[in-house]
Amino acid sequence: MHLILFFVFAGFCLAGAINLLLQSHPINSALSLIVVMTSLAVLYLLLGAEFLAAAQVIVYAGAIMVLFTFVVMLLNAGREERTMGSGVARAVGFPAVVAILGVIATVIVKAQDLGVAKLGEGLTNAPGSTNIEALSKVLFTELLLPFEVTSVLILIAILGAVALASHDRERQAGK
Amino acid sequence: MNSSLGQDVPLSWYLLLSALLFTLGVVGFLIKRNLITVFMSIELMLNAVNLSFVTFAHEWHAVKGQIFVFFVMMVAAAEAAVGLAIIIAVFRARATLAVDRIDLMKL
Repeated sequence: MHLILFFVFAGFCLAGAINLLLQSHPINSALSLIVVMTSLAVLYLLLGAEFLAAAQVIVYAGAIMVLFTFVVMLLNAGREERTMGSGVARAVGFPAVVAILGVIATVIVKAQDLGVAKLGEGLTNAPGSTNIEALSKVLFTELLLPFEVTSVLILIAILGAVALASHDRERQAGK
Repeated sequence: MNSSLGQDVPLSWYLLLSALLFTLGVVGFLIKRNLITVFMSIELMLNAVNLSFVTFAHEWHAVKGQIFVFFVMMVAAAEAAVGLAIIIAVFRARATLAVDRIDLMKL
């Protein structure tokens, strides 16, 4: 069961990511990225992270990707023109990509002391304790300050986004 | 707990999937010529790293790994908002989204 689900959704993930690279229209890339993120939510569920699976669907596949599709449609982004890219990207970038993948894969394959993922095995083994409970206990006691600082960060990001996106109108009013 | 459901998946497969997704993100960052798609590749890389975090949190039963993913998600949301606002500003100034044409700061 776990194996089948893993293969199906890992396949969806990789297919979506490859489709993101192959599509030339940004809206198709955005839709395949939504497929990737939703399949990742299922994988989180398999790894016993229920809260993160929900947050992945709501925040990533919901909020962030809706923002992306809005911007793609707002700017009426057309088909991208394929160029061969810069020389630096070809000369340094692609060997570096192959090297990164090689190194990471070798390290992971060599690390034999990693366990297996069992279905239904969560963070805590205590009965009656859920994933969200364990998370929120640490988040709202030990990590309360970083949590509040992040809310300030979000506020600043909203203000910055508004200031950046409405810059044009302000300048015209000043003239 | 539910090992009767069938075979278990080695955690290294999750990590390999994460590495593959990250590499695909890097490749997309290099080959895509549209500003928005380049930005989407960055989101793909963030997601790949999140998968690694969740995998290791599962391995060591560490709550903080999952909380870190939560923080990454919030920072990614802030980053997406600001980044897309910058993309809109760039489009207003240059009337293009092709990264080859946005080259004022190129050496």
